[in-house]
Amino acid sequence: MTMARPTPASRTTLRVLRFDRVQRGAHWANALLFAILILTAIPLYFGSFFGVVLERHTVQEVHLWSGLALPLPLIVSVIGPWGRRMRRDVTRFNYWTRDEVRWLRTLGRSELEAEKFNPGQKLNAIFVAASIAVMLVTGAMLQWFHFFPVSLRVGATFVHDVFSFALTLVIVGHIYMALTRGTLRSMIDGTVSDDWVKRHAPQWLPVTDTEHTPPRQPPLS
Amino acid sequence: MGRRAFLSIIALGALGVTVGSKVQNFLGNSVGTGFGGLLPFGDRFRIYSITGNYPSISRRKYRLEVTGLVERPTVYTLSDLEAMPATAFKKTFQCVTGWKVPDVEWRGVQLSHLLDLAGVKPGAVALTFESYDGADTESLTLDQAHLPDVLVAYEMLGAPVTLEHGGPVRLYVAQMFGYKSLKWLSAIRVVDRVEPGYWEQNGYPVNGWLDGSTGPTNPTPGLT
Repeated sequence: MTMARPTPASRTTLRVLRFDRVQRGAHWANALLFAILILTAIPLYFGSFFGVVLERHTVQEVHLWSGLALPLPLIVSVIGPWGRRMRRDVTRFNYWTRDEVRWLRTLGRSELEAEKFNPGQKLNAIFVAASIAVMLVTGAMLQWFHFFPVSLRVGATFVHDVFSFALTLVIVGHIYMALTRGTLRSMIDGTVSDDWVKRHAPQWLPVTDTEHTPPRQPPLS
Repeated sequence: MGRRAFLSIIALGALGVTVGSKVQNFLGNSVGTGFGGLLPFGDRFRIYSITGNYPSISRRKYRLEVTGLVERPTVYTLSDLEAMPATAFKKTFQCVTGWKVPDVEWRGVQLSHLLDLAGVKPGAVALTFESYDGADTESLTLDQAHLPDVLVAYEMLGAPVTLEHGGPVRLYVAQMFGYKSLKWLSAIRVVDRVEPGYWEQNGYPVNGWLDGSTGPTNPTPGLT
């Protein structure tokens, strides 16, 4: 005896690969390092407000080595034959259409048919990548301070602090978006639904991820 | 466009490094010390502790030992120190890693006064300072110790030195980087050679002059 009920097939939709293993690995390695850096930064920065758990020296060493390792996931994921998709996505961050620029200017209120990444996501990637470079250089200046005059050390401290505040805010925003917009799964199993692509990235042709072709709309600059 | 944004952010960082000290001074003056003191915009203390704890010593139980190559080894209480001629001035606290807090009010006894009371024996060359945290040590040569702006300080920022700033009593060496101003001062030993302290053993210069030189920029600093 069988009963009529919806078959599982009617609920499953086509899944599209958004991030491959290399990209997900790089992302989570990056996320782990950022988590360690932020957690160790708290007692280093707000020392006066928190009962300290570990020796400052230990916290400092963990912060230092995590910081030095920070660019590695990105670099490793972008080089070599395994980095094809990653390289393809990096070139995407550099392509901006007129519509995208307008979308950014109007803070997301103008019409936009996004490609794989919307302007906010692109900006997030660009900001985080640039900040990694800035944090690495200023952090190194604080660690190996005796090569620099005091005024530059003051400047490096200032920049390191300001960027760490900005980065933390951006990361919190990034996590919030991932949790509320249903894109977290694409960083876990790598896929998004067909339906998601239609709604959030209608201009994206997933097949282009493995080809060296420019996006369909011509680049702005 | 993406590359331009990327490079702009990096350029902003580089600009911040070069003019950051001026920007910070300006913002520090406009933001003030209250809540703004938590933000990186402005001058604020970063509290460092080697051990991860602050050694808690009550003002009543506090003792400072002056010992070593001296005629009269002595143990002082806090009220002993407070009864001595006091020296007060406003000076910058400058950390070797870059942050600073300008115009900090300091009050205490000149280290040279304590040395005079103890009577330094011939053959003495330097001082070793010990901390109640059990980890930090510092050194000064006798010449450096006699600078008029080297204080055994019991007031800082207009109030008794707080625990996190090294209270009840800390050292303040105005013309050197902050690590020379040992916190939770427990003992001053007069010795016959410079014994590099904790931070010096970790790579910091033994003579932590603010201008990085081999001597003070201003041998007779004005006291207020």
